Amino acid sequence: MSNRIPPKPKSTAKVVKRLIITIAVIALYVWTITSINIDWGKIFSQRTIDNFGRIIPKFFDPAFEETGTILIKMIETIFIAYTGSLAAAIIAVPLAFLCATNMVRNKFLNTIGMWILGAVRAFPEIILAIIFVAAVGPNPFAGVLAIAIGSTGMLGKLYSEVIEGIDMNIIEAMEASGANKLQILFYGIMPQVLPEFLSYAIYRFEIDVRASSVLGIVGAGGIGTLIKFAYSNRNWDEVGMILLIIIITVTIIDQISGYVRRRLV
Amino acid sequence: MNKPDFIPNSLYPAKTKRTLSLSFIVVLGFYLVTSITTESFIINFFLKISNVTDLVERFFPPDWSYISIIYPKLFETIHMAVIATTVAVIISIPFSLLAASNITTNKWIYNFMRMLLNIIRTIPDIILAVVFVALFGIGAFSGIIALIIFAIGILVKLMSEIIEAIDMNPSEAIKASGGNSLQTIWFAVVPQVLPQFISFSLYVFEINIRASVVLGLVGAGGIGQLINQRINFMDYQAVLTTVLVIFAVVVVIDWISGKLREGLV
Repeated sequence: MSNRIPPKPKSTAKVVKRLIITIAVIALYVWTITSINIDWGKIFSQRTIDNFGRIIPKFFDPAFEETGTILIKMIETIFIAYTGSLAAAIIAVPLAFLCATNMVRNKFLNTIGMWILGAVRAFPEIILAIIFVAAVGPNPFAGVLAIAIGSTGMLGKLYSEVIEGIDMNIIEAMEASGANKLQILFYGIMPQVLPEFLSYAIYRFEIDVRASSVLGIVGAGGIGTLIKFAYSNRNWDEVGMILLIIIITVTIIDQISGYVRRRLV
Repeated sequence: MNKPDFIPNSLYPAKTKRTLSLSFIVVLGFYLVTSITTESFIINFFLKISNVTDLVERFFPPDWSYISIIYPKLFETIHMAVIATTVAVIISIPFSLLAASNITTNKWIYNFMRMLLNIIRTIPDIILAVVFVALFGIGAFSGIIALIIFAIGILVKLMSEIIEAIDMNPSEAIKASGGNSLQTIWFAVVPQVLPQFISFSLYVFEINIRASVVLGLVGAGGIGQLINQRINFMDYQAVLTTVLVIFAVVVVIDWISGKLREGLV
């Protein structure tokens, strides 16, 4: 055909790059499939079918008589999340200023800040919780520490992005009219960043409620403690009830926090 | 000389001030309640800080000989994440189309999908793992299934939002010129969402790596098992080695996937 669109020009570098990525991906899959260790015979066995018959119906018949105990632990979970995320929301502020390139004009300090936040973010909360349980004993305090430190990484990063996005003209105008550093902070920077800081902090609280609900599995307090007891004793109706309460609570908190955040920004 | 009728003595209106002070008091009051019930008031931080520093001392120096035991479990973690992400991506394609309001015009299916997704996303990954370990027995397979469901929840949510934001003109044009639904999706929807889709898949892969670190705690395969075991044996130097390896792997994978995503979007 004569009226065909001419083919797109291709650069060799791009083709080579694509080729390398494709080969890497194929190699990854070959490596994965050849070395993963799954005992298929054990999985597709009569025992699995029996387990299904034994466990699944229990989930649809949750233990309502345990509601009181579970609710008390759920409240503790929310308390852990709240204390932890509030602490993180405050600790993250100085770190965020350290990372923001328009506030601290020192590449070295920026990089250090970024490294601290990145290092903290690399660990799941539950690993932090294991370490803190070893340090301060199995109590809610370990959970609070894990949540506080785990959340600082994410909040610091989000905050620093907010700070980097502010309108610098206002700050220049204030500098020009003789405002000192503290005045610039309170009248130039804070009004611009505070609504978004709060919005992110509330969003992080949402995540922390989910995260702290499992911290008890390693002994850091909250509803996870009950999960651990229930599944160790194979009380699947209790696990079902705990799950039901977690789902309802998390949904309610999501709705409230979504409403508050829409009002804020 | 006329005096102006009204001189504001503050930058902010009184109502804003009232609301702000009130919310500040509420936040602070709730903090007092939560921090005292969870035994994590600011004083506790200073009381317990010596415990943490004591423990940190016992973590050093890392026990590098332990690394040969870490490798197999680490690879298992990566394999689990690779398989789970791949399967989750494939499954989430039809579901994200069903959960997008501009593709699925049937209100019932759309609302049902949304509700289902919200419920799935509130279930913590570790509880999914607990249930699947009970069903399929201890091992990587249970972990993979848990990761798949966890990843589908995130992926479908992100993807359906991208699909809802696409330009509908090409799809109308294809429909007007006689294309069927499949052709509309293939030629109008897919080209618009493909870069984001791959980007989100990589993002979910990152999340899955972190999550699969945790799953080992409840016997669902992966590196988490080692941490729990070593902490129980109080072999803190081996714990530090494991944690450092996890850290390195997470950072490297985040970096690679970040670079790939930059190239895509």
